[in-house]
Amino acid sequence: MKAWLDHHRTAARLAMRRLTAAPVNSLLYLLAIGVALALPAGGQMLLANALNLAGTTSATPQISIFMAASAERGMTAEIESRLKQRNDLKRVQFLPREETLARMKTNPGLREVIEALPANPFPDAFVLTAADERPEAMEQLAVEFRQWPRVEHVQLDSAWVRRLDALLKLGRTAVLVLGALLGAGLIAISFSIIRMQILTHRAEIEVSRLLGATDSFIRRPFVYYGFLLGLGGGIVAWLLVGAAALWLRTPLGELVRLYDLTLVVQALDARDSAVLMAFAAGLGWLGAMISLRQYLGQN
Amino acid sequence: MAAVIRFDRVSKRYPPGVDALSDVSFEVAEREMVLVSGHSGAGKSTLLKLIAAVEKSTGGAVLVGGQNVSGLARSALPYLRRRIGMVFQDQKLLFDRSVFENVMLPLSITGFPPREAAQRVRAALDKVGLSSREKALPVMLSGGEQQRLAIARAVVSRPNLLLADEPTAHLDAVTAADVARIFHEFHHVGVTVLIATYAGDLFPGARRLQLDHGKLLP
Repeated sequence: MKAWLDHHRTAARLAMRRLTAAPVNSLLYLLAIGVALALPAGGQMLLANALNLAGTTSATPQISIFMAASAERGMTAEIESRLKQRNDLKRVQFLPREETLARMKTNPGLREVIEALPANPFPDAFVLTAADERPEAMEQLAVEFRQWPRVEHVQLDSAWVRRLDALLKLGRTAVLVLGALLGAGLIAISFSIIRMQILTHRAEIEVSRLLGATDSFIRRPFVYYGFLLGLGGGIVAWLLVGAAALWLRTPLGELVRLYDLTLVVQALDARDSAVLMAFAAGLGWLGAMISLRQYLGQN
Repeated sequence: MAAVIRFDRVSKRYPPGVDALSDVSFEVAEREMVLVSGHSGAGKSTLLKLIAAVEKSTGGAVLVGGQNVSGLARSALPYLRRRIGMVFQDQKLLFDRSVFENVMLPLSITGFPPREAAQRVRAALDKVGLSSREKALPVMLSGGEQQRLAIARAVVSRPNLLLADEPTAHLDAVTAADVARIFHEFHHVGVTVLIATYAGDLFPGARRLQLDHGKLLP
């Protein structure tokens, strides 16, 4: 057991020594792996942030009813009382067109535009919260309200939530496909780097064999090398994604503020970081194993 | 006394039909010192390679310690080679490692405890007169010193059988005699020694096997 541990310690130290012996090469290798991994990792980072954003905003889907601009006040009152009598609505909020106009005028940019218009461009509106928040139920309500007199437009807030949901699903698939493709790429990178390492140390492998080294003894330092390479590449990818998150924080924050939302872009969380490192180190190891199997099998 | 090495009608043919050895039979007893001599290309190196299973015979049986090495599985080869100390014709030193690390290699391979291994390495280097050069790289050594380093690496795991392929070639007379003396010393402490050489007069008292075009002369 102790001898086995010694073997591993020696092999790991040797691998580390080989990595640091050619620092420029090693750095370039790590960069190649890091950039390849940063793409799916960055995708995951964006996806996690989007999920986070969706989670904080889609809490209560609403239905908005806009009356025709020409609707008489009496008609609107009639609609309001109809809505208030229903027990499948949790909350009914009436937004008179004058109020909307006053609210919009507080925005200095819009004010000038509104004042240039001959009449109030805003219709009377209702904002409703349904008792049953399932998208199908809300869709059914919307269909019913659309048939009411003088109702110009019924908008379902749940529609964009569903659209976002579909987009996020698409995003998740994209991240998975990217991860699979670049993972395969990483195995290939590790394979060829280890192949070069093997050729560099061919004399040593030959001598070790003549002196009675087993295949696993010969394999070990190279496997550690591949593992360290993958892990190092994972760290590079993690740093790249972290930098991108910091860099995106201000512009994305400003963008979502335009939609009355707040978002502070976060780097990869602990779980995603751990997955990234394990994935990177594992694939580096795998590439090394394939490379060694091929070489030792042939020679 | 039991035979350490036994060749039973061994032949080795390299493609496309060159016979390096044909119908060779002999025995080497324990604690014996045997020279294999013959002209260049007579099959001396091939004979040594068959013992360590670096090459496999194409006919007959090669027995080392009673074990037929021609039939050994690939996975069993390392354990055979660990029992044999080998000095190669081209020495096969690792030029990116120090003298000490070169001699350490066989012990690392067998998983020797590091502290004890270091003591053994120093003892082996002392034996061949290289104690003061342990931190040097092989390129900094003279030809004779490199040969002595190769011997130190071959004996550091204290094998019972020592094989050497032309260990005194390319050395001047004084250095060659010095290297030959080292082999005699190992023989005297009970190691079975088999040396392929054409400088037979450096090893007085050793039994001689004479090869000629792959055949053993009587």
